[in-house]
Amino acid sequence: MAKCTFSDPFEKARKEVGIGEMDDQNDPVKMVLGHKDVRRCAHNHKTFQSGAEPGRIVVPSEVNIRDIRQIPFEVDPPQHGSYRAVVEDWFKRPLEEEYTAQLEKQIGVLIDEALTKDSVEVINEFSLVLQSRALTLLFNVPFSESETWISWGTHVFRSEETALDAGKAQVLYDYIDKKLEESKQNPGDDFYSKLLAAEVDGKKLTDEEIKGVVVLTFSGGRDTVINAVTNSLAYFAENPASLERIKNEPEILNFAIEELVRYFSPLTHMGRVATEDTQVCEHAIQADTRISLNWASANRDATVFEKANEVVIDRKINPHVAFGFGTHNCLGATHARQILKVLIKTLIKKVDSIEILEADENIETLGEFKRKVGFNSIQMKFN
Amino acid sequence: MAKITFVTQANETITVEGNSGNVMELAVQNKIKGIDGNCGGVCSCATCHVHVEPEHWNKTGAPSAMESDMLEFDEKVSDHSRLSCQMKVTEELDGVVLKVAN
Repeated sequence: MAKCTFSDPFEKARKEVGIGEMDDQNDPVKMVLGHKDVRRCAHNHKTFQSGAEPGRIVVPSEVNIRDIRQIPFEVDPPQHGSYRAVVEDWFKRPLEEEYTAQLEKQIGVLIDEALTKDSVEVINEFSLVLQSRALTLLFNVPFSESETWISWGTHVFRSEETALDAGKAQVLYDYIDKKLEESKQNPGDDFYSKLLAAEVDGKKLTDEEIKGVVVLTFSGGRDTVINAVTNSLAYFAENPASLERIKNEPEILNFAIEELVRYFSPLTHMGRVATEDTQVCEHAIQADTRISLNWASANRDATVFEKANEVVIDRKINPHVAFGFGTHNCLGATHARQILKVLIKTLIKKVDSIEILEADENIETLGEFKRKVGFNSIQMKFN
Repeated sequence: MAKITFVTQANETITVEGNSGNVMELAVQNKIKGIDGNCGGVCSCATCHVHVEPEHWNKTGAPSAMESDMLEFDEKVSDHSRLSCQMKVTEELDGVVLKVAN
């Protein structure tokens, strides 16, 4: 099978049962699999809440390693809307010309470097670096901060040894405390200063709330962006004709980005906690138990997508839910889309071909399901 | 050439003209507040949601099955909701008034 083939492990369960079950630290999850059911449950925030105990809607659950509520992610409407309004415009900055120009510069440098090497381990030497450097633009902080972030590795809460690493989370919290203090002493145009000055419903945000927003910004776009970038490179390595097509028909670039995001669905699913006894596809869901909205499964639903298991690089109607659906849709989506746009344009400009030399797949286990989300490591040669 | 009027959440009325592309693109080009078109028009993000003035519903027509599906679970859906990325700018739209949903 080609390295860039990502099969859909949920197809049978989605068609026959509608849900899939998995355990997670003795707090089981019923994964909702169909496109319509996922959207229906995402919409129904009263029955399926995000504002549960901090960390519980994440799978694997982070309740044992963090107390800070991530904001606006772990808050339900109507309060969610007030928080979201504070950060919404900041997260649209990736559309500004200067932001894009900086991103073009960063990615150009990375590709130039890659072209000089015989082999690049893309996860650590390319995607992690790209993600960290690009994040300095989103935070509007000096480029040099990215060196610290790169040293943290691909996941801010996970380490090589253990999936959930409290010690590692503490490194991030200590770092954020320090940066907040610096911005308090010396306010500037950075994200921390913006949050320190912000008001929600006439009140300043507390330090705890600010940390909640910042932790979300660090963790939400880490492995997701790294996987999106790496998997897209693997796709273009094996499908050079698609890159050639985008070069000749630049008007399909946007379709290509949305299709790659649909196909790879970098975030498999996101949980919710039931506030009452209810049901999904005739399966009973008890109050205070978890469901998850399985974006990856929904994005391969053949009742919605023709040729759902293929990358159709110019797919024009593409109602994917890779960035979530409804109120809580991904705040960082504009940044992520801009990264992919600049990456593809830079590949077209500078790279003739990419070879995959060696790859070690990253397979997630979700109960009986095994899903490839990306690579633990992948060596490529850029020509 | 079609004249299309947008009414934003802040009750600003802006009339623009276009003859090609879709209504979302026209709105984004004219910086209409509340129309973002994040997904670029593939019917995924619902950030181009508009409410068509009921008397103009015959100009725009009803949404397709897929579009209607995406609107079904939108917080602000009404009987005259459309995703403007799925509306082509044509002569038939001339004079239409669209209220921006977000």
